[in-house]
Amino acid sequence: MSGMQTFEYAPGTLPADLDPDDPLHGELLQLNVGPQHPATHGVLRLLVTLDGETIRAVEPDVGYLHRGKEKTCESLGWRKFFPHTDRLDYVQPLMNNCAYALALEKLGGVEVPPRGQEIRVLLMELSRISAHLIYLGTTGIDLGAVTMFFLCFSERERIYDLLDAYTGHRMNNTYVRIGGVYADVDESLASAIREWVDSFPAKIDEFERMLTGNRIWYDRTHGVGVLGADAARAWSLTGPNLRASGIDFDLRRAEPYSGYEDYDFEIPIGTAGDCFDRYLVRIEEMRQSIRICRQALARLERSRGAEFLAEDRRYVLPPRDKVQTSMEELIFQFKVVTDMRLPRGEVYRAVESSKGELGFFVASDGTSQPLRCHIRSPSLMNVQAIPLLAEGRLFSDLVAIIGSLDFVMGEVDR
Amino acid sequence: MGSLRPLGASGTSEDAGFLATRADALVNWGRKNSLWPMPLGLSCCGIELMAMIGPKFDIARFGAEAARFSPRQCDLLIVAGTLTWKMAQACRTIYDQMPDPKWVIAMGVCSSTGGMYDSYAVVQGVDMLMPVDVYVPGCPPRPDAMIDALLKLQKKIERESPLRRLARGPDPELLEREAGTGSFDMPPNAAVPTARIGTYLDPRGRAAGRVADGEGERAR
Amino acid sequence: MSALERLRGILGEGPYRVVPTRDAATPCLEVERAELRELARRLRDECGFESNTFVTAIDRLPARPRFEVDYQLLSISAGDRVRVRVLLDEDDAWVPSIADLWPGAAFSERECFDMFGVRFEGHPKLERLLMPAGYEHHPLRKDFPHHGIEPDRLYREWERGRARGAS
Repeated sequence: MSGMQTFEYAPGTLPADLDPDDPLHGELLQLNVGPQHPATHGVLRLLVTLDGETIRAVEPDVGYLHRGKEKTCESLGWRKFFPHTDRLDYVQPLMNNCAYALALEKLGGVEVPPRGQEIRVLLMELSRISAHLIYLGTTGIDLGAVTMFFLCFSERERIYDLLDAYTGHRMNNTYVRIGGVYADVDESLASAIREWVDSFPAKIDEFERMLTGNRIWYDRTHGVGVLGADAARAWSLTGPNLRASGIDFDLRRAEPYSGYEDYDFEIPIGTAGDCFDRYLVRIEEMRQSIRICRQALARLERSRGAEFLAEDRRYVLPPRDKVQTSMEELIFQFKVVTDMRLPRGEVYRAVESSKGELGFFVASDGTSQPLRCHIRSPSLMNVQAIPLLAEGRLFSDLVAIIGSLDFVMGEVDR
Repeated sequence: MGSLRPLGASGTSEDAGFLATRADALVNWGRKNSLWPMPLGLSCCGIELMAMIGPKFDIARFGAEAARFSPRQCDLLIVAGTLTWKMAQACRTIYDQMPDPKWVIAMGVCSSTGGMYDSYAVVQGVDMLMPVDVYVPGCPPRPDAMIDALLKLQKKIERESPLRRLARGPDPELLEREAGTGSFDMPPNAAVPTARIGTYLDPRGRAAGRVADGEGERAR
Repeated sequence: MSALERLRGILGEGPYRVVPTRDAATPCLEVERAELRELARRLRDECGFESNTFVTAIDRLPARPRFEVDYQLLSISAGDRVRVRVLLDEDDAWVPSIADLWPGAAFSERECFDMFGVRFEGHPKLERLLMPAGYEHHPLRKDFPHHGIEPDRLYREWERGRARGAS
């Protein structure tokens, strides 16, 4: 980078080139979009200043779902915060669980056994597909392709059935623990997942048949919301938004976790950085996720019977039968539940979630009460980029841009 | 609005004639089988709400097909998700904008009681702001549970007596309850900007860098 | 070459102090507030940290200095991360804003101001992000209770009573 480059970050201010006597362009309309609006994917409020149909300024107003999660972590303690992490990006709950568990494991120095890692990879990729299906369904219906909503939600129901059988709950599963996962994936579940994994690529083909060559979809997304590579980096964008602008950066490759370095998959990169490229990147990511799922299932087959939860008595609950027969295990159980301490220090650990880099910055002072748990939210950066992409475009492009940036308000507001 | 009236000794409510009861039943039948939901999808429950409207669980079978996103066209408000104090004004406004008769389902524990969030920012139950007809526990409740809630609400609607009430005049107890929760004053420290739907701006005033929002300029 | 070695090679000994952390791969540099912008600019322009990951703070009450503002930067080209730390006293809780160097940091700085009350001088639009505009408290401070304080709690009790028809 050469020279001192600064950016004019000034959303919501208008150029002073308005002539009030101009009958066509002399007046601006400030339109309030949200916080309740079907096309804003949650409780997002946008103050849009319009000159006719042209957007002169957009100002996002977030915080309508701020539930005080970071404060809650300090009050509850590390273990009890797991259910709260589900509800961050609630379309991919297990991914958030894994990200949080990885941060705690890094601070505590816990090794997850290989089978636990394989199960986590499987769950994370299922969550990624689940989240991308939400993107496809809601963006489709926002742009008028109503059928996409029903097709995508129908597929999500099949993922929900698998997760329901495994975890007991369709969403907000909270099935990841420090050191692994709560329970093992047995053979019948693995074969059910394999059956779905085998059937899903045909569904992706169906989605592509509906949209990729579709003239209306192309016209509404091609050339809309173009994001340059420099701007994408400077605006802290990560994930599919960054990759669609041509930058090859995926945390699964750059900072591998849970054994991703051993999996064989490709990272789709876009060229134009417009809404259409972001759509194509996500479609291809779903295909690559299926590829990773197949490999994870094959590994799970080979490692059947291995342990899936670390035996670290500082952070992991002992097995129930041992707790009820051994005094020492009972004391471990008691200490983990009431007085679990992480070593003093602070770490940051991030995963590649469907929205971008989801990270947890956890700081502990050595006591059982957390000092700080900051959630690095990729969706917040995506919302921040709305003015960058939408200003100067038509109002209907705003809907396409919001859909293609793909954020979830639970994660934006925390 | 649901109103449970105590049953008289004969097992029917006061001044019940055969025709009046039948007319009421007809109106109730029409209303309960055409509940148009206003999905206020705030957070995770919103995803299950979408699943409920979706193909597998399909509340269209129960007449609740037309999920319009404008409150003026709906009669069933489903508060799906966590209500925060910042959002409270908007939620109450949506409720007020719905025409009578209207019903409210509090979907999930967050809208019923605040759920797992007893924090500084979360409303501890949407019934702090508006009367609720059906509470659905779950985090999130399964769409099956929501369909059960819809059926319970339909049974509740069956017990109403709209035409007789019309003949009798407005229920003072109901009016008082509505008036009580109707004037909703937000405390000053939870002020929510009240921008109107559209505001014509003076470009010179706007370029001065302050946001003209609703009535006059709101100091930021 | 580790991230710290690479940084040392470019920045030299500089006005920063390397803080040992549990995270060996991410060097943590502690600076004074006055040196922050210069270090940030050098990290961005000379060391290739094009992306700002987060800006947050830790309230270390009752330790002094009270606030620790953390900036995490990411270099996509080099695949490195670095964390920059500034310690602030309670009555002097301001830092210069870096939103013109990394526009992606603007919302994070607003959130940090909202939650902790740390001011970011030079930020184009330093307002509350998550709490309502007129809110008077900074929730993530350690002396702010989890349930909220007067009049939040009073308001909640009052509304609960009113809904039940008590008052």
